[in-house]
Order: sequence, then structure tokens, then C-alpha cells
Amino acid sequence: MSEEIRLGVFLAFGVLSVAAAAVVAFARKIIHSIFALLFAFFGVAGLYALLHADFLAASQVMIYVGGILVLLLFGVMLTQKISSVDLKGPSFQRGPAAAICLVLLGALLFVIYKTPWPIVDRPPIHPTPPAIGTHLMTDFLLPFEVISILLFAVLVAAAMMARSEARR
Amino acid sequence: MLTTLVLILLMPLAAFAIQVFLGRFLPRKGDWLSTGAIGVSLALAVVAFVRSISINDPGMREVFSWRWIEVGTFRASMGILFDNLTAVMLMVVGIVSFLVHLFSIGYMHGDARYGRYFGYLGLFSFSMLGLVLCDNLLALYIFWELVGLCSYLLIGHWYEKKSASDAAMKAFITTRIGDVGMLIGIMIIFAKIGSFRYDDVFRAVADGTLSGSLLTAAGIGIFFGAIGKSAQFPLHVWLPDAMEGPTPVSALIHAATMVAAGVYMVGRLFLLFSPDAMLFIAYIGLTTAVIAASIAIVQTDIKKALAYSTISQLGYMICALGVGGYTAGLFHLMTHAYFKALLFLGSGSVIHALSTQEMPEMGGLRKKMPTTFLTFLAATLAISGVPLFSGFFSKDAILASALEFGMERPAHMIIFILLLITAGVTAFYMFRVVFLTFLGKPRDAHKFEHAHESPRVMTIPLVVLAALSIGSGWGGWFQKLNVKPEIAVYQTARMAGEETAPVHATPAAAGLDATGHAAASPAHGAGHDVHRAHQAHTIAMISSIIVAGLGILLAWAFYGRRRFSPQRAMERLRPIHTLLSRKYYFDELYHAALIRPVLGLSRAFRWFDGAVIDGLVNGSGSLTRLTSWIVGVFDNVVIDGMVNGVATAFVAGGRQLRKIQTGKIQNYLLGFAAVALVILVVRLIRGF
Amino acid sequence: MIQLQHYLTIAAFLFCLGLYCVLTRRNAVTILMGIELILNSANLNLIAFSRYTTTAISGQVFALFVIIMAAAEAAIALAIVLNLYKRVNSIDVDEVDMMRG
Repeated sequence: MSEEIRLGVFLAFGVLSVAAAAVVAFARKIIHSIFALLFAFFGVAGLYALLHADFLAASQVMIYVGGILVLLLFGVMLTQKISSVDLKGPSFQRGPAAAICLVLLGALLFVIYKTPWPIVDRPPIHPTPPAIGTHLMTDFLLPFEVISILLFAVLVAAAMMARSEARR
Repeated sequence: MLTTLVLILLMPLAAFAIQVFLGRFLPRKGDWLSTGAIGVSLALAVVAFVRSISINDPGMREVFSWRWIEVGTFRASMGILFDNLTAVMLMVVGIVSFLVHLFSIGYMHGDARYGRYFGYLGLFSFSMLGLVLCDNLLALYIFWELVGLCSYLLIGHWYEKKSASDAAMKAFITTRIGDVGMLIGIMIIFAKIGSFRYDDVFRAVADGTLSGSLLTAAGIGIFFGAIGKSAQFPLHVWLPDAMEGPTPVSALIHAATMVAAGVYMVGRLFLLFSPDAMLFIAYIGLTTAVIAASIAIVQTDIKKALAYSTISQLGYMICALGVGGYTAGLFHLMTHAYFKALLFLGSGSVIHALSTQEMPEMGGLRKKMPTTFLTFLAATLAISGVPLFSGFFSKDAILASALEFGMERPAHMIIFILLLITAGVTAFYMFRVVFLTFLGKPRDAHKFEHAHESPRVMTIPLVVLAALSIGSGWGGWFQKLNVKPEIAVYQTARMAGEETAPVHATPAAAGLDATGHAAASPAHGAGHDVHRAHQAHTIAMISSIIVAGLGILLAWAFYGRRRFSPQRAMERLRPIHTLLSRKYYFDELYHAALIRPVLGLSRAFRWFDGAVIDGLVNGSGSLTRLTSWIVGVFDNVVIDGMVNGVATAFVAGGRQLRKIQTGKIQNYLLGFAAVALVILVVRLIRGF
Repeated sequence: MIQLQHYLTIAAFLFCLGLYCVLTRRNAVTILMGIELILNSANLNLIAFSRYTTTAISGQVFALFVIIMAAAEAAIALAIVLNLYKRVNSIDVDEVDMMRG
């Protein structure tokens, strides 16, 4: 891919994800927020792919779009009567929140452009899954085990919660 | 040695852990486990103590330190410091804690939460031992809070009683006020020198890194912790209420060990306090001693009387440290721990027999409870400062150092005079307790009939403590081992080598040398000082004997011989009596000055809520409503997205104030984000 | 030429939008969505660093952990939301003030 195309793709995905995120944050209807979130996840996945993190891009699409988003959708549908018009997401304390977020954005951009990042110029790691796998089994073995226990606990916990409903 | 010390510390903790999780399943609910664990700790403490005695060097000091936390530039070490003071404190805590465990087996027999009680006692013993063993301020603070927590749990042991749970909360919150000061003091020190270790702190004081008003501020800040924990004026109000807890707990925590932690801390950090801070400490101690002693005279509840006596004696110790009597103050800490624990356990024995705490319902118990009476009498003689009892030596040493301080600076002679009077008052009210409780005729025949001597497991601790109350002051071993620390020790070789003496403020600059018993005469101690110390000692000894005798005689005249009627004296001095029995109106004062305004403020906020919201709804013409209406318009403007200046700030401020009480997580999150942002921005401005 | 800073900028925008969403929304599910946005922005940063700086592949491993955490968190949080809905018949966080002092 030539530089120009890459830049174009980057801009497209970047604008897509930021615009979608803005819709998530500002939309009045919750269902709009959810679908906007889908686009935001896709946009970010595209950026991952641009960064040569193909495995993560795939994971992002599968876990976020396939899993989390569906969960969220279920959450909304199970808790609000989908037929009723009351699907708005009312909000509050907008003024201070907006002020804080804007100042924070300014501060972050300031940091981003002022910091001398330790950039290294090296070719991207090409097949990332083997590299990630090796890391998981060597340097990150303990976190890997811990997180598998965590996932197991979450599985049990979710089952517990569902079961207690059924009993009641 | 390290193994011994660590084992001393870990035994009670292990007992606590087992007790808390498995106590229910153990036979006898595991009381033997806790008692055994602290017994082992005591045995090991004796080993450490014997070692300290056999080395017999005032400068003995062993530090075991290791790295603990390293995050970025923040470094904290953890360690164990063992010197003579630690050895003595280990003995005090070990002995009293062990005996209280034993006593509790009898006293708490049949209690609903028997196992949990012993678990908490174990946790307390661990925390207190940790407090005396640690070698840095951070660990000190951690253990400091832990003992406070145990105190809270144990005062509220019978939490079904409203008064007990209230007292527990009062104790926790009041001491917490002092702890904030302590934390600030510690932070000042850490910000300045970047270390928590005592040695580093003293070194910084010695070479002048930490000096001037900053040093004074740090010292006074840290001393605030002692004001709270050792129940000093003006935060003494929690200790009398803390008597709602089981009596053995009062003996262990609120008489012998935890409340003395403040005194220990001042002694441990003695070199940290600048002359100004020392003067502050001395006067706080003096005020406490005088006020509490006078209140103790009129108490009718035996435990409350002992509680005020404890406050008064703690004031004594603090004052002694403040006037430079390092050895005297800590000596009194040790002797007081023994005899006051004995007094409390003795009163516990009485309460156990009569199921009342009111002295007017007692009397004549001497025949029914001979062991309790004799041991209680021994402790009373000790606290009154009767010669040959341990309290005599320590109280005498305190008076001597106060007199010496007064001779050095005549303006502060008042300290000695007031302490002397307090000594007399102490003898008076303690013998009042003895006469009312054990002598005379029984005033409540029914209760008297049922009274009986306590079981062996309760009387043995009394006898052991009685022996210690009598004998622990003999021989001058304490004065030989615990000599006032010298700042010069901490000056680095480079500093010492330089011609110009470093300019620094040290307590040693106060120029006083404890009781004059100090074995190694320091550099500045010429013959003149020794002579004056000797003179002061003689005067103090004679006057304290006279005053104690007067106090005892007066108590006898009032309550033993009944030559004067206490009733008539009370009537004649009605205003004073009222003032004293209302405890100088401290609780009322705090209620009026602190609690009421806070409640008022809350009410004002609530009114603001109501006014604003009602105004929005009704929008009529009254002034309140008009204001609210304007606020409402602003509100609308903001909601419509017009963010502008003061109005927004006002409305947002008002809404935030309202939301403070809502318990909504997003409000807290907003505040959190704002603070984090401010910190970020400050860092950015400083960084770039 | 796309540089590290550009990715970081997008991540910063995502972060602030997510934070705004968390701070202002009343609906528990929407708040969760804000949290997901924040996590995504963090992930984007991690991966960008792994591409451009010395952190190499470990940045991606970290991002993977974050994704797993996010999945676990979403599952549990939604279970909580459902139980909450059954209890107070609303997922408006304003209604949930049983712990109010």
C-alpha cells in the first residue's frame, strides 16, 4: 500500500470511530448509541489492522462486536420495553462534565505533541499470533493463568446470577 | 534475635487468624489458643528483656531493616528496631496482655461472643507489639490505626447496648481527629527528607535538614496523634465513655497499653521535638493532668473514676516528657501500666462480684474479697506515690524533672507546683475509691450478700500485677537502661568534624538531663547540673511524700473516719461540684460548638434544596422564591446549552452541593475526574 | 506519513467521549458503553506504542488482556444490571440509591 492510501484509510477509520463515539456519547436514543458503538468498534478494529496488529483486529471484531455488543443489546432489550417510546438516555451534569472532558482533551493533546516519544523505526512483526502466543507462554505466563482463573470465576458468577433468578 | 522478635509479633497474629476463622469449632471457643499464643510471646519477650539487661548498655540498639515498597521514586522500608525502650515495652505489653487474657477467661465466662472477644484481644496484642517494634513512621502509623480499630471493636463488644456502640464510635472518631494531625506531621517529614525511618529522621534533625518552624510543625502535628490516642486535653472526652467496654479491655487497652502508646511515641521520637514543641507538649500534659484529676474526685462510677485517673496520669507522663524528663516519663509509663492495669482488673473483680459499677452501692468488701482488696490497696499505694512502691519512684522522678525545668526557667515553675498539687489530689481520690468500695459498712445489703471472691484465674493476675506494682521500680535498673537520647549520636562524621557547630534546634538544647540518674554524663553536663539535679530530686521527693500523705489523710478524714461529711462539703461547694461532675462541660461544649453547627449546616443545605425546587415549581413572588426563580432561569439556560460564567458556576455549585448527599456514583466520579485533571495540569505546568 | 501522535490523538478523543458518556448518562447500559469506549482508547494506545516504540509485541499482549477483561466485565455488569432491573424496575442509576446515607 502506498503512503497516500494508507493515510486515506487511516483518516477514514479514525473519523469513523471518533464520529461514532460522539454519537454514542450524545445520542438521545439508546438504540442509536448501541449501533454507533458498533461502528466505533469497527473503526478501532480497522486502526488495529493499520497498525499491523491483525490478530487483535480480529479479536476486536469477534469479542467486542460479536460478544459485548450483543450482550449490551440484550441488556437494553431485556430491561426496557422495546415497544415503548421511552428509549431515551436522559443525561445530567452535562456542563461540568463537558468542561472537564474538554480540558482533559486539551491536556492530553498537549502531552501527546510535546512528549519526545522514543520512536524506533523497525519493520512490523509480521505474523503476530505466533509472537503473541510465545509471549503468553513465557513472559506473561502468570498473568495468563490469573486471567484464565478470572474468566472462570466470571463464568461461574454469571451462571450463579442466572440461576438465582430462575429459583426466584 | 530477629527470629525472636518476629515470633513475638507473629504469635498473637496467628492466634487471631485461627480464632477468627476457626474459633467456633475449637474446644472452649479457643480461649486457650489466644492465651497460649500471647504466653509464648511473653516468654520470648522475657528472653529479649534479659538480653537487654545483660548487655546493660544504654546505647544498645539493633535495627533490622528491609526494603518494602518501591514505586517510582517512592521508597519505604520496613524494619524492626530493638533497643532498651523496646525491650521494656515488650515486657509491659506482654505481661499485661497475658494477664488480661487470663483474667478474661474468668470475667467473660459465658459471654455470647466469647471466641470473637479473644480473637480481637489477639489482634490488639499483635498491633501493640508491632507498634513498639517497628522502626519507621509509616509502620508506626499503620499499627497506630490498628490499635485504634481494636479499641473500637472491643469497646463496642456489647454493641446491643446503645451506649456501648456510641462510645465505640466516639472513641474512634475522636482519636481519628488527632490522627489526622499525626498524618500531616508524618507527611511533612516525608516530604522534606523522603524517608520514614526513625534513624533518617533523627539524622535530618541533627544535620539541620529539618529545622526551624517546619520541625516544630511536624513535631506538634505528630503530637496531635498522641493527644487523641492518649486522651489528652482537649480530645480526652472519649476515654471515660470507653469504659462501656468489658473491664479487662479497659485494663489492657484503656489503661496500660494503647493509651500509653502516645507517651511511647513521644518518647520514641523525643529528638524530633523542637523546644517550642516540647513546651506545647508540657502544657498540654499539665492541663490534662490537672483537669482530669479534679474530675476524678466527684465520680461515683468506679470505672469512670479510674478512667479519669488514667487520663490524669497520662497527662503526667506527657508533661514529664515535655519538660525533658525522658527517663521519668517513660519510667512512669511502665509503672503506671502495671498498677493501673491492676486497679482496673481489681475493679473488674468487684464488678464481677456485685454486678454494679456505682461506688455508693458498694462498701465493706474487704472481708468478702480479701485478695482483691489487698492487691487493689497495693496499686492504690503505688499510684499515690507512697515510698517503696513503684509509683513513688517514677512520680518522684517526674516531679524532680519538672522542678529542675522550673529552676532553669522560673517562668515555668508553675508546672512543678501544679503537678505537685495533682499528686496530692491523686492520692485523695484514689483513697476515696478504696474507702468507698472496700471499707466501711456495706450500703447495699442485698448485693453484699451475694458478693464472693473471684475465681483463681482472676485473682492470680491480680497477685502478679501487685508484685510488679510494688517491685518494678526498685533498683534503678530502668534509669540505667533508658537514658535520654543525644542528638549528637546522629550527626554524621563529616558534620562532627567541621569547626562550626551545626545550627539546629534540638530538645537537648533545652539543656536538661532527666532525673540526673543518667549514667553516662553527656558533654554539657558539668558538675553544676548534677548538683542541681540532685537538689531538685531531694526537694521533689520530700514534697511529694508530704503531699501524698496529706491527700491520704484527707481521704481518710472524709470517707474513713467521716470526720467531715462529703455531703456537706458538696453542698458548700455546689457550683464547683456541678462543674466537676459535668466534666467541665466538655461534652456539652463540643456538642454546641461542633456537632450543632454541622447539623445546622446540613439543615441549611436541605433548606436550600427545598427553596430552590419549590421555587421552580411555584415561582411566586416571595424573596426566597424570586431568588429561586432566577436560579431556575439560569438552570434552564444551562440546560439549553448556554454555558455562561457566574450563573453556571452558581447553579452547578448549588446542584453539586445538593448532590453531595445523593450517593450517586457519577457525582463522585465527576469530582474524581476533576481532581485527577487538576493534578495532571499542575504536573504539566511544572513539567514543561 | 502517519505517526504515533495521530493514533494517540484519536485515542484521546475516544477517551474523552467515553468519559463524557460515563459522567453524564443516567442509563446503566449507556454508562457501560462509555466504559467500553474508554477501554478501546486505551487499547489503541497500547497497540500504537507496540508498533512505534520499543515496547514491541508486549503492547499487543497487554491489549489482549484488556479485551478479555472487558468481556468479563461486560458479562458481570450486565448480569448486575438485569438483577437490578428486577429489583427496582429501572436501570436509571438515579433510582439506585439504596446505599444513600
